[in-house]
This record gives sequence, C-alpha cells and structure tokens, in this order.
Amino acid sequence: MVETSSGTAVVTLPTDTQILIEREFNAPRHLVYKAYTTPDLIKRWWSGDRGEVTLAEVDLRVGGRWRYVMEANGGFEVGFHGEYREVVPNERLVTTEVYEGMPEGEAVVTHTFSEKDGRTALTILMQLPSQSDRDAVINSGMEGGMQEAMDHLEQVAVSLH
Amino acid sequence: MNDLVRLIGLAQPLVSKHLRVLREVGLVGVRDEGRQRMYSVNGQSLKPIHDWVKTYERSWSKRFDRLDVVLEELKEMKEDDRGRDE
Repeated sequence: MVETSSGTAVVTLPTDTQILIEREFNAPRHLVYKAYTTPDLIKRWWSGDRGEVTLAEVDLRVGGRWRYVMEANGGFEVGFHGEYREVVPNERLVTTEVYEGMPEGEAVVTHTFSEKDGRTALTILMQLPSQSDRDAVINSGMEGGMQEAMDHLEQVAVSLH
Repeated sequence: MNDLVRLIGLAQPLVSKHLRVLREVGLVGVRDEGRQRMYSVNGQSLKPIHDWVKTYERSWSKRFDRLDVVLEELKEMKEDDRGRDE
C-alpha cells in the first residue's frame, strides 16, 4: 500500500527578507524534479486550489526563461515569470521570480531536492529584496484566501437572488 | 540559560542579548529559580505571527497535495515500464 499523504508544507521566516518552505514527498527526487520542471505536469499542480494553470513555459537552462499563468477562481489572471540562474538536474534549481502584479519585488528562489530512502525533501528558499517585499508575498496568501472567501460569498449571494 | 547556550551554540552574551529582545516584546517570560534563570515561550503572543503565515502555508499545502497525486502517477508509470522491460 502506497502512502500518498506526506504531510503539510512548513513555512518559516529565517530572516526579515526570506521565506523558507519545506515539504517531504513519498517519491524519489528525479520524479519530484520532473514534476517541477515539465510544463504538462506543472499545469496539474501549481495552482493548488486557487484556479487552473493556463500557461506553463519552461526553458530549462541557465539564462532560460520560465512563465506560469493561472486563471484564478475569481476569473482574473495571475502571472509569474523569471529566469533560471542555476540548473543542476534532480538536485538544485535557482531561479528569479517576479509576480507580475508586483514587478518590483523580484525574488531569488533556491530549490533543493534531497533524497533519503526513496523519499524526497524539498526546500524552497525565497530571498526577497526587502522586508516589505517579503511581507507582501506572505500577505498575497492572505489576499488569495480573502478572494476565495469573496467568491464563495458571491456564489451564495447569486443563489439567493 | 546554560541549556539554551548549549543548544543554540552561540556565545552566552549573544544569547542573553537575543533573550532580552524577546522578553521586551513579550515573546518569552523569565523567572529566577535559585541561581538559574528559567525562560518560557509565550505562545499567545506568537499567535498573530503564526496566523499571518498560516494562510500562505495553506496555499503551498494545497499545491503540494496536488503534486503528490502527480508523483503517484509518475511512480506507477515507471513500474509499468519496468514490467514491460522484463
């Protein structure tokens, strides 16, 4: 029997300008890396429960660009893009990341994939230019949650109409 | 205090300095017990920070839940390939 659920993501704030995200997966790291870097696979998970991924472009080489676009549940589009700075297959990816709604706060994101006993520990370290940029990223989660709440409220309102 | 210095691996004056800041903002409490100073974490005052990060953390958890499903499929595909090779 395969254990699917590997627990929840753990988010910590190591410094005023960093966000660290950690999660373990019940799969070898070359598969986690594959799911992380293959457009058709990215489309299936990247949006979480926030919407649907409408575009996933990956030019996986140093200096290559990436861009993901998601149609959020509220109907609006959310885009992220960046450039690959380091590409060590199955081990390490360093990318820049810009949220297109806040283009001044470019993050440098280091992904580390490490495998032990067939399981993979993924760490994602986001380095933001300033504390206010870091806080804006955390707040975006809040706003997303708010947006979903508003959408649900809208559905309820429409059903009452 | 000695336990904290040992666990954190920083010099004692530095640990004292950090603890003083944490005490000033109410994140830790302190009491004297004989010759020892006992520090305790004040979970209640950490809660606003925890709540602030939690929504962001949840959006990553949702994302990774879907990644789990993709990974299970990739593992099965690999097992099928192996089956064909043999």
